[in-house]
Amino acid sequence: MGIRDRLSGNEAIANAMKQINPDVMPAFPITPSTEIPQYFSQFVANGEVDTEFVTVESEHSAMSACIGSEAAGARTVTATSSAGLALMHEVLYVAASSRLPITLACVNRALTGPININADHGDSMGARDSGWIQIYSENNQEAYDNFIQAFRIGEHPDVQLPVMVCQDGFITSHGVENIELIETEKVKNFVGDYCPENYMLNPNETIAHGPYDSPVYYMEHKRQQLEAMKNAKEVILSVGKEFGEMSGRFYDFFEAYKLEDAEVAIVVLNSTAGTAKDVVDAMREEGKKVGLLKLRIFRPFPGEEIAQALKNVKAVAVMDRHEGFSTIGGPVFSEVRTVLYDLPNPPKTISYVYGLGGRDVRTIHIESIYNELLAVKDGKDQGEAYRYLGVRE
Amino acid sequence: MAYQFKDVMNKPERLTGGHRMCAGCGAPLAVRGVMRALKEDDKAVVGVATGCLEVSTFTYPYVAFKDSFIHTAFENAAATVSGAEAAYNALKRKNKIDETYKFITFGGDGGTYDIGFQSLSGAMERGHDMVYVCYDNNAYMNTGIQRSSATPKYTDTTTTPAGKVVPGKQQFKKDLSEVMVSHEIPYVAQTTFIGNFKDLHEKAEKAIYTEGPAFMNVLAPCPRGWRYETEDLMEICKLAVDTCFWPLFEVINGEWKLSYKPKKKLPVEEYLRPQGRFKHLFKPGNEHLIEDIQNEVDRKWEALLKKCGEL
Repeated sequence: MGIRDRLSGNEAIANAMKQINPDVMPAFPITPSTEIPQYFSQFVANGEVDTEFVTVESEHSAMSACIGSEAAGARTVTATSSAGLALMHEVLYVAASSRLPITLACVNRALTGPININADHGDSMGARDSGWIQIYSENNQEAYDNFIQAFRIGEHPDVQLPVMVCQDGFITSHGVENIELIETEKVKNFVGDYCPENYMLNPNETIAHGPYDSPVYYMEHKRQQLEAMKNAKEVILSVGKEFGEMSGRFYDFFEAYKLEDAEVAIVVLNSTAGTAKDVVDAMREEGKKVGLLKLRIFRPFPGEEIAQALKNVKAVAVMDRHEGFSTIGGPVFSEVRTVLYDLPNPPKTISYVYGLGGRDVRTIHIESIYNELLAVKDGKDQGEAYRYLGVRE
Repeated sequence: MAYQFKDVMNKPERLTGGHRMCAGCGAPLAVRGVMRALKEDDKAVVGVATGCLEVSTFTYPYVAFKDSFIHTAFENAAATVSGAEAAYNALKRKNKIDETYKFITFGGDGGTYDIGFQSLSGAMERGHDMVYVCYDNNAYMNTGIQRSSATPKYTDTTTTPAGKVVPGKQQFKKDLSEVMVSHEIPYVAQTTFIGNFKDLHEKAEKAIYTEGPAFMNVLAPCPRGWRYETEDLMEICKLAVDTCFWPLFEVINGEWKLSYKPKKKLPVEEYLRPQGRFKHLFKPGNEHLIEDIQNEVDRKWEALLKKCGEL
């Protein structure tokens, strides 16, 4: 019945990696994900894993080595944050278009300009068009669970795409919480062996990766990537179910928290969902019909399912821990509003940009959003749909 | 075993014909020359940096390399192949693979001296068992002959044009071979295409079959960028060597060894004259530019002779 422990989010990821015992891990340290390669290198030094740990000289080389390794036929993992993911940006696209199921632990941190080391989703949101599957995690348990599931999702023959498993820098990466680990044998059996169909070290058949692709072919290749991303949806659901049967913790595209009869709702991802649940519980006790949609899968975007889950609410706030500078709201907001548009009676929608660069988000902030939504539901003019939460104006 | 030109040339080609490199280009010669040094039973993973060689040998859906091949981007060929080598070690350790694989990376001077230098330095420092081969054609040829840090001084390129005031590139070439020697890797060699390709072959064999990282710098002329007649490729290489503009040497575990000493060191003009990229140097009044180049060639040659114990 699992192994009870107390671990930080980084330790949880490192433990998942140890249990999986990947073939290769190229990594370069960056706050706040540094601890992941640190813990892992200790496992290597102690002989607890037999992974090739490649101490590259940059994140660009980390992702490049991941691509070379995965293409060669080895199960490959890495971890990074912020500027590290930004430095990988160019080669993230290469990994996805080469259909290489690399698994990356992304510990979300603000991008530099000015430099800031705290939680913010600017890094992974900047990679949202790269062709990677993106899974977000509320807490340490979810980071661990999601990381284990990532291999089954990415490596599935109908998918063959890289996966990044995100969690909030410091808030969950360094916050120590109770966690239930799964027995290593069960993890190994769940993840299984990596047996790619085509790989460079196959002695019976060579393969060439990374062609020059003319306009005659490029578009079809992009379309094939899209089909793989669409296929991922079914795989994510079946893996989430199978994982639940093993662990008792079932996973879907998102968690609908007290949403069934809710009149207003918040959509948010990662750790703030935990704070929001407390607010939902408290306001429910006051008889207020508030709910939460905690988005777990951002790529592929489960649009139809989100629209169905929100079809009966009257007002929705979408919280973005990232400023995309579109000037019309955050990126999660834009996509959620897009899918709500097709509903016969779409709810009112408000974009809240919050928590940039690790700005604290407290229950009173979330409560203020729910109160605003309830007022809009009761007929108050919606007003400005693009708002900042907790900022000094 | 002594070098047998006929036997080596009769080995099955690992880079097939039908690729789209220009006639008179040195890059495919470098690739074939290096790949011929592989034992026939040994398998290879070939990595190539973005550049002429990559786009001309792997234009979807055709690939000219018979071994497994990978291209990812411009600046990361060494890192990419280092990952493949790490995968090989991991799979060997787990008894998932029996065959012997060798890891060979090719990059032009842009992908090696400049944008890919960090990745190269990192891979060599980490000690991967791989060979990095730079085919140095002295400029960014794939994008249309822009200067690189490997471009010789006073060369006319499209970003260092010879103008009325500025006579081409203003800096001497970076000595990358020496920089790689400073990495204290087991094997570094500088070569080009001379005679029956013995020098290239023997160095490639040492580079591939020396355990650990090896670096080869191969001067690989480009007829479009250098503006010579395509049939003159071998002659241009010979002049580069006989003028000591591009000396041949190898450094084995830190020991410098001169590979070739011309019987008569030719004046550098002999090398510059047949190339359109140096045409402006032969205008009246520009004699001092050639003198400047000659002085630098002499200085570097003397220094090399000392390192090799020839003086």
